[in-house]
Amino acid sequence: MLRPRIIPCLLIHQGGLVKTVGFGQPRYVGDPINAVKIFNEKESDELVVLDIDATVNGAEPDFKTIAHLAAECRMPLCYGGGIKTAAQAKRIVGLGVEKVAISSAAVDRPELIAEISAEVGRQSVVVVVDAKKRALRGGYEVWTHNAKRNSKMDAIAFAQQAARQGAGEIVLNSIDRDGKMKGYDLVLAATLRNAIDVPITVLGGAGSLDDIESVIAAVGTVGIAAGSLFVFKGALRAVLINYPAPNVKEELVSSAITKRGQGGVARSSREI
Amino acid sequence: MITIVNYGLGNVAAFLNMYKRMNIAARAASSADELIGATRLVLPGVGAFDHAMDLLEGSGMRPSLEQLVEVEKVPLLGVCVGMQMLTQGSDEGAREGLGWIPGRTRAFAASNQAGGLPLPHMGWNDVTPKKGEALFAGLEDDARFYFLHSYYVECADVADRAATAGYGLDFACAVHRENVWGMQFHPEKSHHFGATVLKNFAEL
Repeated sequence: MLRPRIIPCLLIHQGGLVKTVGFGQPRYVGDPINAVKIFNEKESDELVVLDIDATVNGAEPDFKTIAHLAAECRMPLCYGGGIKTAAQAKRIVGLGVEKVAISSAAVDRPELIAEISAEVGRQSVVVVVDAKKRALRGGYEVWTHNAKRNSKMDAIAFAQQAARQGAGEIVLNSIDRDGKMKGYDLVLAATLRNAIDVPITVLGGAGSLDDIESVIAAVGTVGIAAGSLFVFKGALRAVLINYPAPNVKEELVSSAITKRGQGGVARSSREI
Repeated sequence: MITIVNYGLGNVAAFLNMYKRMNIAARAASSADELIGATRLVLPGVGAFDHAMDLLEGSGMRPSLEQLVEVEKVPLLGVCVGMQMLTQGSDEGAREGLGWIPGRTRAFAASNQAGGLPLPHMGWNDVTPKKGEALFAGLEDDARFYFLHSYYVECADVADRAATAGYGLDFACAVHRENVWGMQFHPEKSHHFGATVLKNFAEL
């Protein structure tokens, strides 16, 4: 059985690891390489590392840091931040990164997805959709540059276009939920799951393992990524890198699948 | 020594690091000369089939590899696209494969998407090894490995299937024929499960 992927998402800012709230207020939480080593020991399913400075500063990806991360990482690694060309993506995959993530560059120039896909293969192309609820009219729009620029593009339509262009995975990041630790946007997750036929990963809002279970119960086998949950502990948000132990993860997944089987939560139309 | 074939694709550093942690000597080879003395060969690979074949061809290492594998019978392990390269060819491209595993590399697309399964096949899946397959010795019953692919190997000879996994259909996620092995999943990124099979390969 293919299992849901439970994925720590790490943000790099000024060389250190940070966690944001609503895409702002970066708080230093440690050293990236040290965090990778801890997640190796915890045997996390995958790891997502996003450099949140590169695009904003108009900088190239930091290849030296990426090489270091890839060499340390004993689980599949997805890297994003500053990738604007297929040549850069190819170089990053060549450093031993399984998946490259692009976001604002794909909003500016959607053909980039097809170009990267042709170079490194669809399975290694991830498009991150930073989505924010639209006021009044509803729906979600894609924002870029750490949620400072509104592209005015519909998030679901953009994800569909990205999948058509050759994205092998969509990471759907809820700007509204980022760092709030109050749960995922399940409506958004279900809408996307039913709209495309490539793997998806949802990010933004996890405050507990129950929140992760809710996603699996609602939309099935997807990736469930979290930042705060895996770097903070307790109500006071003390920094403590953590990840569920194998038996805890097994119980969470089987409980979620049971709930899904009982139809206790809305099931996706895909499977009805 | 265990030698990782470095023709420009795949995570050579990850294999070297895994073996380093296990205190097993391993090195990378980027030229025919550097292949001399290899007692185990690992052929990694990611990306498109034709691109991988072209790079291997361009590396100048193919004749030496053929000598080592076909004549000297050095054990070789192909991983991911490196496994697909062992076949005679792929639906993904036009190039011929190495032909060490009779059969072809097929696309999941048609059958799976009709069944509603997302593609690529991405994530941790259960693997069922064939009884007595040495590469999987000592693994827990619930062993799982990390997959990331849209194509799979269809063996012409079912006896070559060393392990199967299910994703819409049961496919050969590992193959073994004489001194040639292949794995569709990534042992170098599959935590202690992957370490076990890489150690088994070293100790064959």
